[in-house]
Amino acid sequence: MTELYKLSISEAGELLRQRKISAVELTRAHLDRIRAVDDKVRAFTLVTDDLALKQAEEADRRFESGATLSPLTGIPLAIKDVICTKDITTTCGSRMLEHFKPPFDATVMERLNAAGAVMLGKTNMDEFAMGSSTEHSAFFPTHNPWDLERIPGGSSGGSAAAVAAGMAMGAYGSDTGGSIRQPASLCNVLGLKPTYGRVSRYGLVAFASSLDQIGPFARTARDTAVLLQAIAGADPLDSTCSARPVPDYSAALNGRSPIYRGIKGMRVGVPEEYWVEGTELGVVEAVRADIEILRELGAEVSDVSLPHTKYGIAAYYIIAPAEASANLARYDGVKYGYSYRDTDDMWEAMEKTRQYGFGQEVRRRIMLGTYALSSGYYEAYYKQAEKVRALITQDFDRAFERFDVLVSPASPKVAFRIGEISDPYQMYLQDVFTIPANLAGICGISIPGGFSDGLPVGLQLLGNIYAEDVILRVADAFERVTDYHTRWPKALP
Amino acid sequence: MEAGLYAAFLMIDRETVKNVAKLARLGLSEEEVDTLGKELSAILGHIAILREADVSGVSPTAHASRLSNIMREDIVQPSYPPEVLLANAPDQEDNCLKVNAVLEES
Repeated sequence: MTELYKLSISEAGELLRQRKISAVELTRAHLDRIRAVDDKVRAFTLVTDDLALKQAEEADRRFESGATLSPLTGIPLAIKDVICTKDITTTCGSRMLEHFKPPFDATVMERLNAAGAVMLGKTNMDEFAMGSSTEHSAFFPTHNPWDLERIPGGSSGGSAAAVAAGMAMGAYGSDTGGSIRQPASLCNVLGLKPTYGRVSRYGLVAFASSLDQIGPFARTARDTAVLLQAIAGADPLDSTCSARPVPDYSAALNGRSPIYRGIKGMRVGVPEEYWVEGTELGVVEAVRADIEILRELGAEVSDVSLPHTKYGIAAYYIIAPAEASANLARYDGVKYGYSYRDTDDMWEAMEKTRQYGFGQEVRRRIMLGTYALSSGYYEAYYKQAEKVRALITQDFDRAFERFDVLVSPASPKVAFRIGEISDPYQMYLQDVFTIPANLAGICGISIPGGFSDGLPVGLQLLGNIYAEDVILRVADAFERVTDYHTRWPKALP
Repeated sequence: MEAGLYAAFLMIDRETVKNVAKLARLGLSEEEVDTLGKELSAILGHIAILREADVSGVSPTAHASRLSNIMREDIVQPSYPPEVLLANAPDQEDNCLKVNAVLEES
């Protein structure tokens, strides 16, 4: 039999239900894998061995007693360290929260626990989810399993790398401007950002509240569907979370189901503005080839214009830092987190707490956001950005009148070398293809779309609001005729 | 929006950096005042492209949820005991957060 850590969630679930393997065996296989390779990858900030084994034993009892089972019962998963886990350190990749133990579980965690999933540990990230490389973690950078000298993308780099290296069967991250899709792209896994309001943000440490969404990482479309299913749906604790019914995401992927119709006749739009200068040739070539595959599968492919795309990054880098500067005001050294105590002066204590507790990129964004919201600049920057956001949303609304899905590269570059990008704005440009979806609140996924010089290229599929089932169906159809998602990093066989 | 107005914003001087840092209650080293001034100027230089967008007649969008006012019953829920909420506090006394004096003696 193949190594347990190489199985998909659906394969492992089948073996668990048939009692051919136990959840404890499956969990041990992943903890062993973490021990074998994580000193090279450094995906985890914390490995919760004891908890994982306890949860696995509990899952095995469920299988024995015939209690209610979910497709995630006994499945070992990794959780980005921005999602609150009750009594388990949740650092957000920051010195500020290095020793912070939330007194509650995020709604997402409550649902995973109720499903009987197993948590292996918390994954590394750019501090407060601000970054595209995981180099801004206050603790250590994470390495890309495909080339250990390179970054895994970010900010959810730990979650993407953990799934790519077989250290977890699936993982969760958060996506504010591309923080799920871009690392998924760079690590050859699937990463889905749900529609804003599809998944509860309760217990997700806030970065930019009008943009943040939690979403899954996996190695197959089917697994992505199952991981999304487990967390989607209304939550009384998050008033921005929609009451709209959650469809059965797996049903549309089932080739034997009467409703399965592949993607024949599906209208696929290729945004003209997404072929920008600065995108690597290898990425362009891989994605062009992917689009041909969609055409061969029967999709009707044609060009579409999203005329306000060029303003996306500018609008985002006003709106997100503005919201962050307000959200991060809570870190004052009084209630929790790092606290500078070496003074009797209240203001000095607060200023030094924030000076030493936050890293460079977080401080930069607090400054940018505070500036954009400050008197005299508010109209020129923040208000203007909010109007441009409306225009970008209208672009998508018009496009989705004519198309079911839009396709593009997920990232302009393949994984770059650790330390290669030091200019802040060059780093911001890594999210050029992912940011517009956050501004408009639509859903998107990056799926394995080929390779450029041995490094993964992600194909981004954007869907209308609440059309996660549509993008998953395209992802699944693509997977049936390609083998990119089955390849394993050579550095970590 | 006049181009000239934006151009005036593009150079973030030391005074502005210090002023914004004070608004954000963010301590900065002297060196950082310089580097942040340069970095913010460069970033805002790129962001100035926003001025080219024709936003006439557009209402600002503050939210992507496209939902409005989800209402629910206001039901009293049990809260956490003080010791649970204070478990992460840097300093405490008698179930209260302990901070430096807020008001100065006259």
